[in-house]
Amino acid sequence: MSALLEIDDLRVDFSRDGRVTSHALRGVSLAVGVGEAVGVVGETGCGKTLTGLSVLRMLPDNAHATGRISFDGRNLLGLSPRELRSIRGGRISMVFQSPGTSFNPVFTVGHQIGLVASKHLGTGKKETERLVSETLHAVGLPNPDSVMRFYPHELSGGMLQRAMIAMAIICRPSLLIADEPTTALDVTIAQQILRLLRRLQREQGFGVFFISHDLDLVSDFCDRIAVLYAGRVIETGKAEELLRRPRHPYTRALLEALPGRAEPGASLPTVPGTVPTELDDAPGCPFAPRCPLVTELCRQERPPLVDVGSGHTAACHRSDDL
Amino acid sequence: MSSALLELRDVVKLYPVRGSGRKGASIRAVDGVDLAIPAGRVFGLVGESGSGKTTVARCILGLTPLSEGSIEFDGVDLSAADRRARRALHREIQLVFQQPAAALDPRMTVDRLIAEPLTTHGLARGAALRERIARLLDDVGLLPAHLRRYPHELSGGQCQRVVIARALATDPRLVVLDEPTSALDIVVQAQILNLLVELRDRHGLTYLLISHDLSVVRHLSDRIGVMYLGRVVEEGPAAALLDDPRHPYTQALLASTRGRGSASLDASAPLEDELPSTWELPTGCRFHPRCALREKLGRPAACETIDPERVAVSPDHAAACHFAGGADAGPEGLRS
Repeated sequence: MSALLEIDDLRVDFSRDGRVTSHALRGVSLAVGVGEAVGVVGETGCGKTLTGLSVLRMLPDNAHATGRISFDGRNLLGLSPRELRSIRGGRISMVFQSPGTSFNPVFTVGHQIGLVASKHLGTGKKETERLVSETLHAVGLPNPDSVMRFYPHELSGGMLQRAMIAMAIICRPSLLIADEPTTALDVTIAQQILRLLRRLQREQGFGVFFISHDLDLVSDFCDRIAVLYAGRVIETGKAEELLRRPRHPYTRALLEALPGRAEPGASLPTVPGTVPTELDDAPGCPFAPRCPLVTELCRQERPPLVDVGSGHTAACHRSDDL
Repeated sequence: MSSALLELRDVVKLYPVRGSGRKGASIRAVDGVDLAIPAGRVFGLVGESGSGKTTVARCILGLTPLSEGSIEFDGVDLSAADRRARRALHREIQLVFQQPAAALDPRMTVDRLIAEPLTTHGLARGAALRERIARLLDDVGLLPAHLRRYPHELSGGQCQRVVIARALATDPRLVVLDEPTSALDIVVQAQILNLLVELRDRHGLTYLLISHDLSVVRHLSDRIGVMYLGRVVEEGPAAALLDDPRHPYTQALLASTRGRGSASLDASAPLEDELPSTWELPTGCRFHPRCALREKLGRPAACETIDPERVAVSPDHAAACHFAGGADAGPEGLRS
């Protein structure tokens, strides 16, 4: 599969008053193939959303990104604001977690979706309206012609998320970044949204960069999964492979923490401690302080991300013991 | 069941709607709910947004008056309770909210937050108060160092621990948990679920757990009730209900849970559309417009015309579906 998006050694630093205050991403490398769905998983603060935002260069002003993000042979980190605008929302689009706060409350849904089309495709008023209506229909909203005249508050959370997906796909992007697209929704509606994304992906062939903290959810949707920990990729692999046999203790811990797998009422294995936030990297594996399998080597030497068999990679000295 | 700590009988909650053009019109948010929770047990209440589960919680907590029916706590009728009795009941029944950060006053430190319910109810002061706070802090797994912190200095999981400490401060017998982990990360969720199990065992608590996440409900509950548009449509022991769901809605909910594999997203949808409005309830069985079993059976007339009674499918397990007992009603029948 040829790469659609290639992130190479992406580092993001935050600074205040000219001094670096945190290294949020410490060298993330990831690729999304054409039409492929890649899941990015990890706890709050591991850098998954930041990676997504870096691709669209929507980082806050005090963040500084280095490395390379190749898309279509161009480094997104080197583009001018004008060049970026032609990609954002057009070739690469994003679906956010809370549809309720992602729309502007004072414009109709149709107007906001239409703006994306008219900016990128240069469509006239009539044509834009037709396109918006068509796209709203494609995302499964009944009566698209009346829905487009609604304001965001007049739609339910599930309908708004469909509308946001419509906004994301109206220009037929090649890459869709979905940041926890179902977290704010009921299970039944979440299931509908996942099905919708799957159907659209099959029809339009876009790649998906799927961000979530829920491994079960990601494994349903994605072909491959990358697990992030403290700003680094610590394991990647085919979804079913990674779930069947995780090769990093952190991935295993994420799986064991899901209540569906344990005996009802039994104590769920959890990871003690929290994600390290120190500015300077301690030597050794960043997961060592929380790891049940830790050895002396782990405390001294940071394990590189290496192939553990058939495209499955893990950054753990003891991946063979898992 | 007279041994129940909490018992709801035919509870109805109507919200009047003004300016609708229909005189005396109202929304039936809760429409005839019966349930009983024995002391020391966990009852899980499941359903989509708009099914009425939080309204049931509000009725139990006395935050909103009932329209019809009755709620008894330890044999005392809540709606008949006077001010004094009600105040005492507030100590006995506590609530843990969904959004821990929003449930805590941002201008109060953790020690003041935990002290508040104790001083409000006049339960402790001075040295006794400090000792009580220290014990609660320890109970929920926080450290003395957290006492001087403000909510914004805590993580989501730590905030939820403070919320739980506040709920436990008055030594309640019943704790209503309204989506206690849905705002949390998987790892933190596991920690809070463990804490809830531990606290129940240590203090002999009774929980009413409200959630739309079946895996969380399965993990904690002894019994489960499934709510749909203001009614409990299926109720039974947790294992029986989840392993052998009889109501087509419960079956659809189960089929919507994540972690069922990639192919599940390409199979036909377990549940189409959204919950209909409580403003215009469907006729007959309120689930019929979304029901896969009805389609499979060739749209029997009863579904659209007769509101099904809740009937026992086994001694301890009941479902409100005309075809819940039939051979086609089981999950296998539905899938084939």
